[in-house]
Amino acid sequence: MEKIILFAPLLGAVLGGFGWRMMGERAAMMLTTGLLFLSCLLSWIAFLTLDPGTAHIPVLDFISSGSLDAAWSIRMDRLTAIMMIVVTTVSALVHLYSWGYMAHDHNWGQHEAYKARFFAYLSFFTFAMLALVTADNLVQMFFGWEGVGVASYLLIGFYYKKASANAAAIKAFVVNRVGDFGFLLGIGALFFMVDSVHMDDIFAAAPMLAATHLEFLGESWNAANVIAILLFVGAMGKSAQLFLHTWLPDAMEGPTPVSALIHAATMVTAGVFLVCRMSPVFEYAPEAKTFVVYIGAATAFFAATVGLVQNDIKRVIAYSTCSQLGYMFVAAGVGVYSVAMFHLLTHAFFKAMLFLGAGSVIHAMHHEQDMRNYGNLRDKIPYTFWAMLLGTLAITGVGIPLTSIGFAGFLSKDAIIESAYAGAGNGFAFWALVIAAGMTAFYSWRLMFMTFWGEARGDKRTHEHAHEAPLNMLVPLGVLALGAVFSGMLWYGSFFGDHDKVTRFFGMPQHHAEASDAHGETPAEDTHAEADMAHAAPAAEHGVAEHAEPEHHAAAALVAKAPQGAIFMAPDNHVMDDAHHAPQWVKAAPFLAMLTGLSIAWLFYIRVPQLPGQLARALPWAYRFLLNKWYFDEIYDIVFVRTARNVGAFLWKMGDRATIDGFINGLSLSVVPWLTRFAGRIQSGYVYHYAFAMVIGIVFLMGWVVLSGRM
Amino acid sequence: MTSADFSVIWPELLLALAAMVGLLVGVWTGKDRTTATLLWGAVGLMVALGVVLGFTSWEPRMAFGGLFVDDGFARFAKVTVLFSAAAVLAMSVDYLKRRDLMRFEYPILIVLAVVGMMMMVSAADLMSLYLGLELQSLALYVVAALRRDSLKSSEAGLKYFVLGALSSGLLLYGASLTYGFAGTTSFAGILSVLDEGPMPIGLLFGLVFLITGLAFKVSAVPFHMWTPDVYEGAPTPVTAFFATAPKVAAIALIARLTFDGFGIAADEWGQVIAFLAAASVVLGAIAAIGQTNIKRLMAYSSIGHMGFALMGLAAGNVFGVQAMLLYMAIYVGMNIGTFAFILSMERDGQPVTDISSLNFYARRQPLRALALLVLLFSLAGVPPMLGFFAKFGVLKAAVEAHLYWLAIIGVLSSVVGAFYYIRIVYYMYFGTETEPLDRRMTAVQWGLLMASALVMVAGVVNLVGIEGAAQAAAASLVR
Repeated sequence: MEKIILFAPLLGAVLGGFGWRMMGERAAMMLTTGLLFLSCLLSWIAFLTLDPGTAHIPVLDFISSGSLDAAWSIRMDRLTAIMMIVVTTVSALVHLYSWGYMAHDHNWGQHEAYKARFFAYLSFFTFAMLALVTADNLVQMFFGWEGVGVASYLLIGFYYKKASANAAAIKAFVVNRVGDFGFLLGIGALFFMVDSVHMDDIFAAAPMLAATHLEFLGESWNAANVIAILLFVGAMGKSAQLFLHTWLPDAMEGPTPVSALIHAATMVTAGVFLVCRMSPVFEYAPEAKTFVVYIGAATAFFAATVGLVQNDIKRVIAYSTCSQLGYMFVAAGVGVYSVAMFHLLTHAFFKAMLFLGAGSVIHAMHHEQDMRNYGNLRDKIPYTFWAMLLGTLAITGVGIPLTSIGFAGFLSKDAIIESAYAGAGNGFAFWALVIAAGMTAFYSWRLMFMTFWGEARGDKRTHEHAHEAPLNMLVPLGVLALGAVFSGMLWYGSFFGDHDKVTRFFGMPQHHAEASDAHGETPAEDTHAEADMAHAAPAAEHGVAEHAEPEHHAAAALVAKAPQGAIFMAPDNHVMDDAHHAPQWVKAAPFLAMLTGLSIAWLFYIRVPQLPGQLARALPWAYRFLLNKWYFDEIYDIVFVRTARNVGAFLWKMGDRATIDGFINGLSLSVVPWLTRFAGRIQSGYVYHYAFAMVIGIVFLMGWVVLSGRM
Repeated sequence: MTSADFSVIWPELLLALAAMVGLLVGVWTGKDRTTATLLWGAVGLMVALGVVLGFTSWEPRMAFGGLFVDDGFARFAKVTVLFSAAAVLAMSVDYLKRRDLMRFEYPILIVLAVVGMMMMVSAADLMSLYLGLELQSLALYVVAALRRDSLKSSEAGLKYFVLGALSSGLLLYGASLTYGFAGTTSFAGILSVLDEGPMPIGLLFGLVFLITGLAFKVSAVPFHMWTPDVYEGAPTPVTAFFATAPKVAAIALIARLTFDGFGIAADEWGQVIAFLAAASVVLGAIAAIGQTNIKRLMAYSSIGHMGFALMGLAAGNVFGVQAMLLYMAIYVGMNIGTFAFILSMERDGQPVTDISSLNFYARRQPLRALALLVLLFSLAGVPPMLGFFAKFGVLKAAVEAHLYWLAIIGVLSSVVGAFYYIRIVYYMYFGTETEPLDRRMTAVQWGLLMASALVMVAGVVNLVGIEGAAQAAAASLVR
């Protein structure tokens, strides 16, 4: 069954992509979509009937060379199953949605066939993503990693007639290469240290890595930390974290369904998945985890600030994605991998829905993407409005505080913020996330208000002709809306809320649960915030000390084989339990931040619409700073792009043209022809010249043999 | 002379008798009217012999008291010689007819030359070596001047004869020196003399003279000077013949002489061969650039290719010999196809040899142009054509024998040499408009051209299955 899930999209991509001329575009679209839905159905079956423990399903021999053995097999556990349903569900819905969205694309002429190609790319992407998440060894994962990169490149540059689309595609690819290089180094380092690329071998060796030092860049480092950071660099590229994030907003050049599938729900979460998958290594790399937390928190904050002022509807959502990915990394970095996966899952639903909703708006407004030209679209496109509203409620985290009733984002995001409070050493991550949550609410509602409320702005005729999307675009919205509303409440316990359930859900051994139960008592009684802050740290230390003895044994027993379970939380990792017992004000903080954001948005865009303009005029430097995305692109342009271009130009002009070409040209245009003419002159046609040459030859040979003294 | 001896040399004997019978038939009956019959008879006989020799036992056997040896190495060379001679004969019929050159002596002389070559590759004694060499050469002198009424053809024959006589003299001088210092003319005897003690200087001189005499036959630099003139002057079928079978026989003879007769002294003859190889590849590449006549161009091309084959020999080990044999087999295959095409180059019924006449040939004859493209790329040694693997084999042998300088010269020369092959491709596909060539091409020529091109592409799979044969042949020579 897993093989069918994995290969059905590939089959669709190959048949649809290469065979549409024979079967027709429509048949190719039906084929790819049908296979994707099949894959989706089987994924849900696999998810719901998943056996505890990790299954390895061999597919074929991939690479076998010396001690490098990368047989292709599917690693089936909870993590894989979660990713499978996310990927196949969103992908299937996006396939369906694209029937409507791509029906009449103004980028293509009347008789140009583009749909089958689009669907084949989508299916190919899905295959590559599934290959990534089902990987049983790192080489296989890298195959999927690069596969999604290629698919992303193809789809961002889908409108290859547009120069900006091509530039964005190249940018995405190149920036990803930076991350991929880190990933590759990480894989190499792991192979160097462990002599295997198989997950099980690596996980089993993780304690050993923590005790080993590795020479890297001329310094001696802790092996586990170096490897974890290298792997995380790969994740940063794919998941558009700070410093490697610049490609994601530009990637919005691709068609909107692509943004929903690749740049919101699936591919960009591959980095989060990687960190969770490699949790046994990260658990032994505390510095690397801290690094992950800081980068994640900084990204969440940075992207949210930029999102505040963007006017392109897709860019707002893109920065929102970037920011939400930061949340996930914070959760993974503090060691609560299950929560990272939880947010990944819920985010996939509501963010895909927001994108598809935005696509529906764009579709209705004749491919106008500037929100300043929207307004008052509530009645024109009611279904889209309701879907977007649900999505916004989900992303901003609306729910009933201090309970587990609320939209998907409410549960998962709050879980992350609580974990950040409990896990990160100082308050930076926590406060960054809370403030980011407020900004999330602001820009999300700003988007809603600018689009659906207020007065109709921009071209009148466009507004008059605004129409609701066809059914095949609305159905995916509806399905995703279900996910956005209920997925949080449904799986809250399994991912975060209940320790035993989490342990069982991810198939982890039980000893961890006992440790936390005993430990849980102390901070639970503290209700006062200040006291709690002071208390938490010693209490945690106390708990560790108490259980140090048995855990050592457990750790010793674990050395021999890989830890059980889809994710691994070290025996002394109590962040999740601490998060459960976080003080009430911490739990309420994101909700309050959300309310603040909402009210400001309401004030700015409904109550006093001239206020944003005034503020921008009052603080022009701040406005420009945010509008220009903190000048990252400009700085990169100066530091990297131009430098690289100058180096390239130098090597090209001086190295290649002057030195190498000059040498070769000199040789081939003057020396060789001279020799040729010389040879021609010798060939005089006179027999006595020829005989003379022979005599000279024999004299030379004789002389050489005699003089070389080999006698 | 026992029946055992005859059972070893029966193929040579059969061919020689056939040639004599053919001569009688030709003289006493219809003279030139019998040419076609004789020619096809010769083709059939040689193909049949080639098949028989290829598939009967390759066990080494001696005859005539050690004058003649029939082993795997000889068999490999003989089969190559027989097939290539038959192919060249078959594809030249049309050309000869239309130029009024269908003389009955032609097939007979070719058969006699082939007998000589078969003697050469089986020689185990300086006597039989010289006998075979001269039989071959005398036949070739005459066919070079086949077109008696043409100044160029006569000149070619005469030049070849005079210089050939010089080389024979050198060879004989070397043979006599060798005999004088070794006291024997048999290869085994020379070998045992070398075994006993340090090499007498006279023997060394003899060896160098012997090699130079043979180097003339393979047209290795600096004994190559006759080649372009003779190739250009001789009728094209004769040129095609010169470029194929005699080259195989002569280089096989060099291998036979050096390994069987002077095997111990590999250091001494190795450097001589290496020099000949290096000089040949360089000159073959550079001088060909200036040529506009495709026959002259092919002459330089064959000089360069002989250099590469000698490179395998210079390695002085079993892999080198194997690579050399493979190289020769592939080289012959490529040349047959290329000459089949050159034979068909006509404009208004007259043969043309100027390469610029191929301008835009691809537009008019896409398939033939493609086949020629494959052959030219293969000659240049571009992967994945077979010619690349041939070059790769000899270069690898040279590197493994630590002849790095030789391998580097070989690689650089093949880069330079690629220029003139690819220039022809350029003319065919991108050139300028000129008066087109005739469409005419006989079925035999077309078939050989296509088969040769196909083999160069498809042969990549298993080197046409001759690798094992070459290995066995090399193993039988280098013991």
